[in-house]
Amino acid sequence: MSEASHGLGGLKYDPRKKERPQELNVFLALVVIVVAFELIGRLFLGDSFLFNTRENVDTLFNNQRLSIIILQVSIVGIIALGVTQVIITGGIDLSSGSIVGVTAMVTMSFAQTAMVNGNPNPKAIFGEGLMDLPILVPVLVGLACGLAAGFINGALIAYTRIPPFIATLGMMVTARGAAKWWSKGNPISFPTEQYAAIGQGMNPVLIFMALAILFHCVMTYTRYGKHCYAIGSNEAAARMSGINVNAHKVLVYTIAGMLAALAAVVLSSRNLTAQAGMGVMYELDAIAMAVIGGVSLAGGRGSILGTVLGALIFGVIISGFTFLKLDAYYQEMVKGVIIVAAVVLDQWRQRGRVRG
Amino acid sequence: MDDIVLETRGLTKRYGGVHALEDANFILRKGEHVAVVGDNGAGKSTFVRQITAVEQKSAGQIFFDGREVNFAGPLEAREAGIETVFQTLALADDLDVPSNLFLGRELFRFRLGPFSILDRKAMRERTLEALKTTAVKIPNVDNPIRNMSGGQRQCVSIARTAAFASKLVIMDEPTAALGVQETAQVENIIRGLKERGVPLVLISHNLRQVIELVDRIVVFRRGRIVASLRKDETDGNDIVSYITGVKGGQDAA
Repeated sequence: MSEASHGLGGLKYDPRKKERPQELNVFLALVVIVVAFELIGRLFLGDSFLFNTRENVDTLFNNQRLSIIILQVSIVGIIALGVTQVIITGGIDLSSGSIVGVTAMVTMSFAQTAMVNGNPNPKAIFGEGLMDLPILVPVLVGLACGLAAGFINGALIAYTRIPPFIATLGMMVTARGAAKWWSKGNPISFPTEQYAAIGQGMNPVLIFMALAILFHCVMTYTRYGKHCYAIGSNEAAARMSGINVNAHKVLVYTIAGMLAALAAVVLSSRNLTAQAGMGVMYELDAIAMAVIGGVSLAGGRGSILGTVLGALIFGVIISGFTFLKLDAYYQEMVKGVIIVAAVVLDQWRQRGRVRG
Repeated sequence: MDDIVLETRGLTKRYGGVHALEDANFILRKGEHVAVVGDNGAGKSTFVRQITAVEQKSAGQIFFDGREVNFAGPLEAREAGIETVFQTLALADDLDVPSNLFLGRELFRFRLGPFSILDRKAMRERTLEALKTTAVKIPNVDNPIRNMSGGQRQCVSIARTAAFASKLVIMDEPTAALGVQETAQVENIIRGLKERGVPLVLISHNLRQVIELVDRIVVFRRGRIVASLRKDETDGNDIVSYITGVKGGQDAA
């Protein structure tokens, strides 16, 4: 390399200037936080955060805690995968939590079973003809909800040129209203056994991981991913280069909407019920996971891997607070601080960018 | 007539009452390198913006590649074969060099609509090739453009233009913000284009550069073309007197 760096024109290249991959920094942060909880636990509580301390269980790690850490972030994590793509294109999606709400209501209506313990379903939304449907029906109806909401978001942003913040804020309020209107505020319950099975056990984790791998590949190896980064990096240049920026934005928000819908299916299945208030604030948690994972709100930078690590940090912190037996109030307060801190860090990184 | 690549007849652009460009008649022949010079506000950039359809002309005709053209936008001009290096860089800072070179015209290993799989290896190889033919030296093409100096970024921008250009290259002040060595590198790229027979319209303030590089110099003054000078029949003083209006009160082609 040193030979090439003194070529014609004397353009120099300093290998030390090459940045550490952002994901590595996030991973180190994750390790530091885990170690911190471990130390605090050992010093003040006489208990281990990470390792098994019960004698009747024969494992090295505290598997129960580890599975809770990942389980509690997987459903919001699914949303965060879509939000990551939106933020990389330089946008923002505030509507995902509300899309979860309305999709959960609609999907659960199509997933109900006719007979509950020998009695007719007391929460029935539709007549007999639309009950005990094959599992595919509610899932497809749910995805269609997300697709429609995401498509409207994307079309508004691409073709009316209103800021993504406003368009998705409108969707956030509207979709939440629709969720309440759907059953006049009543919860919808008693799904078929098949539907109830979707979100049980560690299924949410498996679904989250499978989608994360899928979208990691999509963002890294396909034209779609490349154009997401290009648009977020320099939209005018992307347009000049012949990328159909408008169509791409519609696609990105549509995919984000469908991922939120998928999260709604998993969530409603796991809870065996749907309520209009489901998914409140999920959009902010999802954005926080992405930002903590190094996705830049300025667009163009970040990755699915980063967001997965960000989600893990999120989960570790929540579990850590429970482990330290701190009140839930503190959790929320600290969550807010972490989000702001992550954005401040991002700003510093932006300022540190090398310009010639 | 056959060897004319680009011709404008009576090309005119007005912004409200301001006549930025007035009755420009211009001819560029195959393989020819022409410089466009003139004072600030003389109409050079306006002239280029009409050809590349960044703006729509007020009057006149443009002929490109043997037929009259009316491009709706810069994209159409690019598809027709006019590659332009703009004063403002059209690069995506967060992407590496191959991604920038192939932005909007990626190579694929497997086609699947928007989810087509990129052929990153082929794009990287062809990037290295393109950098070689354009004599651009970028130490590490896998770095995001953001980490490069202004000169390196400009070189990537120019390499992109030069690598894909076959019919016409337009450069608007390509060395305005560059240091001495970086300028030398850009000038080398331009010489490479000449060797490959790619025609060029070069807007520049740098008369030394212009006389060294091009075949013909077209002088703009107050929105009009006032002179078209062959390189071997002119010198710096001559060009300056046309630019400042000491010579050439009359329109020329």
